[in-house]
Amino acid sequence: MPDGNGTIAVDIDNVTKRYGDFTALRDVSLAIADNEFFTLLGPSGCGKTTLLRCIAGFEDISAGAIRLYGDPIAELPPNRRPVNTVFQQYALFPHMDITRNVMFGLLRLGKSESEARKRAGEVLELVQLTQFATRLPAQLSGGQQQRVALARALAPNPKVLLLDEPLSALDLKLRQAVRLELQQLQHETGITFIFVTHDQEEALTMSDRIAVISDGRVQQVGTARAIYEEPNNKFVADFIGETNLIDVAVAAIDGATATCTLPGGAQFTCPAASGAHSGQGHLSVRPERVSLTDPAQAPLSGTVSRLIYLGTDMHVDVTLADGETVTARVQNSADTTIPEKGQTVGLNFEAGAARLLVD
Amino acid sequence: MAKKPDLRRFPGFYGITLLCLFLLYAPLIIVAIYSFNDSQSITIWGGASLRWYEDVFWGLEADKFKQAAVNSLTIAVTAAIAATIIATMAATAMLRAGSFRGKGASFALINLPLMVPEIVTAVATLIFFSAIGFTTGIMTILVAHIVFCIPFAYLPIAARMEGIEDVYEQAAQDLYATRWEAFRLVLLPLMMPGIISGFLLAFIISLDDFIITNFVKGAGVETLPTAIFGAVKQGIKPNIMAISTLLLLVSILFVTLSYFAGRMGQNRQ
Repeated sequence: MPDGNGTIAVDIDNVTKRYGDFTALRDVSLAIADNEFFTLLGPSGCGKTTLLRCIAGFEDISAGAIRLYGDPIAELPPNRRPVNTVFQQYALFPHMDITRNVMFGLLRLGKSESEARKRAGEVLELVQLTQFATRLPAQLSGGQQQRVALARALAPNPKVLLLDEPLSALDLKLRQAVRLELQQLQHETGITFIFVTHDQEEALTMSDRIAVISDGRVQQVGTARAIYEEPNNKFVADFIGETNLIDVAVAAIDGATATCTLPGGAQFTCPAASGAHSGQGHLSVRPERVSLTDPAQAPLSGTVSRLIYLGTDMHVDVTLADGETVTARVQNSADTTIPEKGQTVGLNFEAGAARLLVD
Repeated sequence: MAKKPDLRRFPGFYGITLLCLFLLYAPLIIVAIYSFNDSQSITIWGGASLRWYEDVFWGLEADKFKQAAVNSLTIAVTAAIAATIIATMAATAMLRAGSFRGKGASFALINLPLMVPEIVTAVATLIFFSAIGFTTGIMTILVAHIVFCIPFAYLPIAARMEGIEDVYEQAAQDLYATRWEAFRLVLLPLMMPGIISGFLLAFIISLDDFIITNFVKGAGVETLPTAIFGAVKQGIKPNIMAISTLLLLVSILFVTLSYFAGRMGQNRQ
C-alpha cells in the first residue's frame, strides 16, 4: 500500500448482492487504502462491475456495509456520495460542449458559474484538452472522449474515483499510452482509484494492489507480484498469466511447506498456499520457470508433443506418461538447444517456482 | 449476410409503384389544381384564378370558416401541448421507472385508443359527457382531443426515449444531480426531438379529426373539418377545394417539421 498512512478509503464489509435467485456478490470484504490504485480484476460476469456500481450507488446491496473514510454510504443515493465514475461508454452528455460536461458536477455541488468554469479549465489542462473546450463530444475521437470523461469525473475532486473498464473501447497503442497517463494522474491528484478490468496486463502494470474476483467472490488480494508468483488457488493461477497445473498426491503439509508426489513417483517439497490440504492437489508452475534437462536427473519426464515458435522464446509442450501436458518456455538464445518433436526430455523446476494450490 | 435483392428488378415494379402513387395522390393533386379553377363548376376547367382563395378569405362564408379555423388551431395547439406533457410523463414511467405492477396493462391502455374504431370512441365519449352533464361546446372537443392525441404523442416520445441509454442519467446522478435535475438537465434535452415529433403528430391528428369532433361539438361550434363537411352537404363549391388545399399545406408543413425534428436528434448521437 502506498504512503502507508493506514487510512482506509473504502471499506467493503461482507457485501452480498442478489438479483432474485442469482447471487452476483457473495460476502465480499475489501479494505481499499487511501491514495491507492486498486484494481478489481476478473472475467466478464464475475461481479466486479456490480461491486463498482454498489460503491457508486447505482445498485442497492442485499447485505453488508460500505464505508467511505469511516462513514456508511450504502443507504445514500448516488448524488450524495462523494465518489465519481468514469463509465465504460463514457456517457458524455451529447448536448453539452466539453466545458459544460466538465462543469456539470461542480454546478450541481453549488459552485458558481465562474468558479466552475475556472476549475473546468484547470482539469482540461491536466488532461491536455484545452483546445477542445468548446467542441461537442461527438466531434472528438474515442481517446479524447475518454479523457473528457476522466476530466469530468475528476473536476469535483472526489474522494474516490471509480473507473469501469475505461480503456476497453480504445485501440491497443492508445490503451498502453493511457495506462501510463492514468497512473501518473493518480499520483498527481492523490485520489484513490478503483479500477475495474478484465485485462490482466492492464491490472498487473497499473495497480498498487489487485483483487481477483470470480463467481462473485474475492479469490485473492495482493500486489501484482504476489498474485502472479504466489497464487492461492487454481482460478487465480490460471487466470493471471499462463501456468502448468500438475496433479500431485500431497503426503504432508507442514506450515507453508508441502511434501508431495509428482506423477512418475518423484518426491517434491515446495511452498503451499494457506488452506491447501493433503490428499489430491495441484501444483502451479509457470512455463518460464520450467527448464528442459536430461531425463535421468529430472523429477518429471515425458515426450515433446508440440513446439510453438514465438520469436523471443519457444513453447515446448511435453506430454507426461499419464497423459498430462506440461509447457516449458525456453528462451531463444544462441546456446539454447531446441529439442525435437518425439524426443524424451526431463523437466526441472526449483522448489520455489512451484506452489501447491487450494483446490 | 446475403445480398439484399434489388427491388427494382422484380417484374412489374414500376407499374405497381406508379399505380399506388396514382391512387394515393391523384385525388389530392386534382383538388389542389382545381382550387385554382376560375369556373363555378368543380369539374370543368375555366382558366387559372385565385378567386376561390379570395372567396375563402373575404367571401360570403369567410367569417364562418375563419371562426372554424381559429377553433381548430386553438384546440389543436392546446390538445397537442396537453397530450405531449401527459405522453412524456407516461413514457418516463414506462421506460425509466423500472418494472412495476400493471406495466404491461399500462402499455396496452396507453396504446389501445389507436385500435378502437373511432366511431366507438366518438359515441362513447358523447354518452359519457352527457352522463356527467358536461355541456357540449369547445371544451368537450378539447377534452376529447387531448385523450385521443395521447397515444399519437406517446409513440415518437417513447421510441426516442428507448434509444437513450440510462447511463446518461446515471452519469448525471453520479455528478451530484438529483433525480429531477438528471431528468431536466440531461434526459429532457436528449428527448427533445421525440417530444417535438410527438407534439407535431398530435397537432396534425387533432387538426384533422372529424368523427369524434362531430359527435361531441355543441350546436354552432365548428372546427374546419366539420365546417367543410357542413358546406359539402349543401353541394361542393370550388371554395372547398381551396380550403382543403390550404389544410393540406399545413399538414405537409408539420409532417416535414416532424421529420426534421427526428433527424436532428439522430445527428447528435
